[in-house]
Parts: sequence; structure tokens; C-alpha cells
Amino acid sequence: MAGQIVSAILVIFIGVGGCVAYFWGANKLLDVIFPSRGVKGGAAIDNLRRQGVIRPWLFIGPALIILTVYLIYPVVQTLILSFQDRAGENFVGLANYSWAFGDREFRNSIFNNLLWLLVVPAACTFLGLIIAVLTDKIWWGTIAKSLIFLPLAISFVGASVIWKFVYEYRGEGQTQIGILNSIVQFFGGDPQVWISLPFWNNFFLMVILIWIQTGFAMVILSSALRGIPEETLEAAVIDGANPFQIFWKIMVPQIWGTIAVVWTTITILVLKVFDIVLTMTNGQWNSQVLANLMFDWMFRGGGDFGRGATIAIIIMLAVLPIMIWNIRQANKETGGH
Amino acid sequence: MANPTGKSYFGRFGVHIAVLFFVALWTLPTLGILVSSLRDKDQIIVSGWWTAMTSSTQTEAGRLPPPNTAVERDGKFVLEGNLFEEAGSREITNFGIRAQAPTEFEAGSTADLGDGETLQVNADGGFIMTMPAASDSTRGRRVYYAATVPPRFTTENYENVLFSEGIGRSFINSLTVTIPATVIPIMIAAFAAYALAWMRFPGRALLIATIIGLLVVPLQMTLIPLLEMYNNIGNLFGVSSKTYYGIWLAHTGFGLPFAIYLLRSYMAGLPRELMESARIDGASDFEIFVKIVLPLSFPVLASFAIFQFLWVWNDLLVAMVFLGSGSNQLVLTGKLNALLGSRGGDWEILTASAFVTIIVPLIVFFSLQRYFVRGLLAGSVKGG
Repeated sequence: MAGQIVSAILVIFIGVGGCVAYFWGANKLLDVIFPSRGVKGGAAIDNLRRQGVIRPWLFIGPALIILTVYLIYPVVQTLILSFQDRAGENFVGLANYSWAFGDREFRNSIFNNLLWLLVVPAACTFLGLIIAVLTDKIWWGTIAKSLIFLPLAISFVGASVIWKFVYEYRGEGQTQIGILNSIVQFFGGDPQVWISLPFWNNFFLMVILIWIQTGFAMVILSSALRGIPEETLEAAVIDGANPFQIFWKIMVPQIWGTIAVVWTTITILVLKVFDIVLTMTNGQWNSQVLANLMFDWMFRGGGDFGRGATIAIIIMLAVLPIMIWNIRQANKETGGH
Repeated sequence: MANPTGKSYFGRFGVHIAVLFFVALWTLPTLGILVSSLRDKDQIIVSGWWTAMTSSTQTEAGRLPPPNTAVERDGKFVLEGNLFEEAGSREITNFGIRAQAPTEFEAGSTADLGDGETLQVNADGGFIMTMPAASDSTRGRRVYYAATVPPRFTTENYENVLFSEGIGRSFINSLTVTIPATVIPIMIAAFAAYALAWMRFPGRALLIATIIGLLVVPLQMTLIPLLEMYNNIGNLFGVSSKTYYGIWLAHTGFGLPFAIYLLRSYMAGLPRELMESARIDGASDFEIFVKIVLPLSFPVLASFAIFQFLWVWNDLLVAMVFLGSGSNQLVLTGKLNALLGSRGGDWEILTASAFVTIIVPLIVFFSLQRYFVRGLLAGSVKGG
């Protein structure tokens, strides 16, 4: 264990030292090979130009190599694997895809993912907006925001334990120690095993993600709300608008762009949701989602890479429109700069 | 935001109540595990954590001393003593001699055990058992009782999970994964971001677009080929494919698009005159970067560091794929997931373990919230 800590510290020094050595050394080398100082006019200008051509690639090189190995190559490879058999040896055409759409568990995952996509981004954005507006009006709003924001720092697994305890069920006749069942019992209802109720359990899992992500929506939207000019709101008040009209007809349209960003960000997150389902139900009781199903196939029976890759491609296809939209937005903002 | 309209309809009171409601909803679940992790493990399962401050009733079992130690008194053989090690720590309301009926007799009454044997258990735990004849049995009789137990808080659960359940070891493993995986990408991303913001070269626009595209690529797309690659490398060199080096590089790769995106947009916003005047003074790009851009970019570097730290610390997926499940590699999230399977109902272990895993992010989060929010606002296109 001590050796592990020492090696971790060593790696930090080697890693950082290596980076410094590379960037500094590569620069030095460039200056030596194409000197711009101490040579005559024409040659100096030539060398300076050569430096200008090469130097950006020295700066960006390490990042480019890592991005290629860890993101670009795997994405292409996953696409290829999705047309191959379980060990990635033979091409099987669209067999994996036709398997997927005939598979009960896969279709169940698609259905559940659609539910998640419908509910979670909407709930987070709506709650985040409401809380942002409300907390702006009170003196202890900052504290309230911090507390609602806090779950964002908690891991999905940690959050799952927290909520599993909320949903905890004890057999009949025993004291309910889960707060939800205790409340249900207090109002005369029957305690339930919430996470094993087919269909409805999806919503109990979604609550966890909503609990985590509402703080994110709140912070982003709150800062957008602060950007609305005072005069606009004052003019609306003078014109006799009531708070609901101000909220729906002035505030919401003004921050529409931000709402879209929040919505899409959470949408991407929802498509990748894995930890919550794995730890709460592992896909039992019809609560499977694509990301967990994919993980399952990666290792199930020694691993079926073809099917796993196919499920990953389906997730990617869902993200693709957002990706294109993001690139367009970014290009518009920088004007191709 | 001065918004005078809230008063007329909701009224200030309504707003306070509504916010209080949301705050309660968002904090109670976490409070639940914090309180439970500090409670006695026998109390967790018999009463809700919200009643932690009040006494609870527990059904427990004890064993009387063996009958052969009974002393003769007035022609009878008597066993006398106290069920509790420290008398008065709890109060017995009922007792029984069969597991099916643990509360058959009221405390203080005398139970007839048959064959002329009687047993009396008092509220303070004191008992008197009388037998008509001597016995050579060495097995003491089991006694069941319902006791009112005053609230008891303890740090035993934490000691238990840290040193016996392996959470302590996993904590070290998590630090081992997280710190290098946070530090390495910063430097690589900073140079790349500077090049993309302030240097001219062909293909720059395409590179920026690619990086923005890579921001949203689901991790799932990369896992299988990388797992294959790691296995192949492992086989080729005859080493394990699950190493800390492997996960450090993987996290670096996954964090880079966001790092470059965040740093580039910040660096691009620095004043152009600064670079140009430095260039006129004869500074090279390397000098400009190290002496001007890097120091000025401190806030955004801090933002990214916090993000990457939280993301790596909280990650389960990457750790499950690239690290083994042995105790020398299992990180906190993985350990917690394993405990959920193996210790499913042992809430004293789960709650304490969960709290250990979330305490570091919470400290980072509260002490550096300013930078965290700044990063969030600047980079809200990243999916997590």
C-alpha cells in the first residue's frame, strides 16, 4: 500500500516532469535547428517562418495523440465491431442490429431510455428554473442554492446508496426504516418494495438523477436570469403583468438559449446513465437501460463485443444530433475563428 | 435581481416556505445516511433515523448463566444476576423464554417455566431463576426481552468500514487513481488550448470542431476497443491489462476534450494586445505561454482541476473496465457497489461507507465552490 502511494507520487512527478521536459525540450530543439537569432536577415526570416509552421504541432501534438488513441480510434473501431461477431473475428453484416431489435431486453431498454429522456431533462430544467427564481427573492437564497447544488458533488453510486435507504422496505409488522415507506404508512398506505414495481420503478430511479442534476440546471439558469435587463422586468410590472405572466412571457423567452443548453446537457447525461441502474436494480424488474445493457454484454458470458458495440452505436446515434448542433453553435460563435 | 412582483401574489412568506420545502427535499436523504452512519447498528434496523434522538424499543436475547452454577438457598437452587453488563443502560418492558413469544411476560412478573422452575426478570435487567433441584447442565437458558434503549451514537461503524471492510484501502486506491488523472491532463490540455487559441496553422478550425464533437461522445463508444487494446498490450508484454497506468491515461483521454475546450475559450478571451506587445519585445510563443498566459489562466485551470477531480473520484464505469476487482485496485465507488451486493441489508456498513466516499467531494466542493460554478457556467456543453 505504501509502495502504491509512492508510485502514484512518482508518477505525478514523472508525468509532470515529462510534460515539462517535452514541451521545453521540443521548443529548444526547434530554436536550435532553425535559429532565428544570430543569423542573417533572409535566413532568419525563413527560419522564423519554418518555426511558425512547426511549433503549433509541438504544442498540440501530445493532446492529438491521446485524443486519437483514446477517442477517435475507439469510436471508429466500435462502429466496425458492431458489424462483427462476438469475438470481433468475422463480419456478420447487420446481424447484431437485427438481434437487438428482436431482443426483449433491448426493446425494454429503449422504452425505458425514452421514459428517462422524457422525464429527467424536463424535470431538472423545470425544478431548476423554479428554484432559481424563488431563491433569488430571499436573503438566505445563496445557502439554499448551495444545499440544493450539493448532490452534484456526490457520485451516482453514493447517491444510489442514499436513495436505497430512502426506499428501504421492511416486511409487514416491522418498523419501516425507509423514510418513504414510513410516510406512506403514516398516511395509511401499504409499504411497497419501490424499486421492484415494474414500470413505476423507472421513476424511482429517475428521482435519483433529478435529485443530482437539478442543482446544475438551477445554477446555470440562475446566472442566465441575472442577465435579464432590469428595465425589461420593470416595464412589464408597469404594464401590469402578474408574476406568472412575467415568468412565462418575459423570463422564459429571454433565457431560451440557456434552457436549451441545460436540456441538451442533461439529455446526453441521461443517455449515458449507468451507475444508478447498475447499483439499484442491475436492470431487474424491467428497469434496464441501454448503457447498463451495453456494460452487461461487454462481460456477459466472457463478453460479446459485437452486441456491446451495437448498443454503444445506438446510444451514439441518439447523441449525434446534439453533437452536430453543438458544433454548429460553436462555429457560429467563433465565426470560424 | 430586484423583482418587486413576487410580494403581491405569493407573498414573502410563501416563497420562504416553498424554498424551505425544496431544501428539505434535497438535504433529507443525505442527512439520513449521515445520521444513520453514526447510530448504533442495532438501533438502525428498529427505528427510523428521524427518531434517532428518542429511545427505541428493541427485542434482544440474552443467556442466563449455566444451571450448574446455581447456589442453594432455602432448599431451592437459585441463579441470580443481571442480563446487562452495565446495569441501567436500558429498560426491559417485557421478557419471554421462547423466540416465538419474546414479550410473553411483563417485566417484574414471575414466569412459570414448568417443572417447578420460575424466572423473574426485572426492568433493570436483574433476574432470579429458581430451580427445585440441582442441575449439572452447562448450557444456560436463553431469555428474550424487549428493552427501551436510550439513543446511542457511535463512531464504531466508521472504524469498522475503514479498517475491517476495506473502505480504508479503497480510499487510498481512489486517491491513487484520482490525483495523477487530474494533474496529467492539465498540462497537455493547456499547451493544446494555447495553440488552438493564439497560433495560426492549417486545420485549426477543423480541430476545434472535432474537439467540440468529442465533448459529447458517450464513453460507451470507446470502452470495447480500449479494453481490447489493453488486453492485447497486456498479452504482448505478458503483463496485467489492469494497471493504474492504464486508467490514468484513460481518464486523461476522456478528460482532454473538455479541458481543451474550457481552457481554449478562456485563453481566447485574453487581451490580444498583451500577446502582441510581448511578441514585439521578442518573446517566443513558448515564453508568452509560460510567462503570461499560464499565470493569467489560473482560475480556469482550477475550475478544470476540480471538475476532473470530482469526475474521476466519482467514476464507476471506467474503474470497472480498466481496473481489477482485487482489494489493491478496487476504488471507493467500486467497493461501495460491491458492498451493496454483499452487505445489502447492513445499513450501518452501507451508510458509513457511503459517507466516506462522498466526504472528499463534499469538502472539495464546499471549499472551491466558486471555481466549480465558474467552470460549470463556462463549459455547460459537457455531459458529465
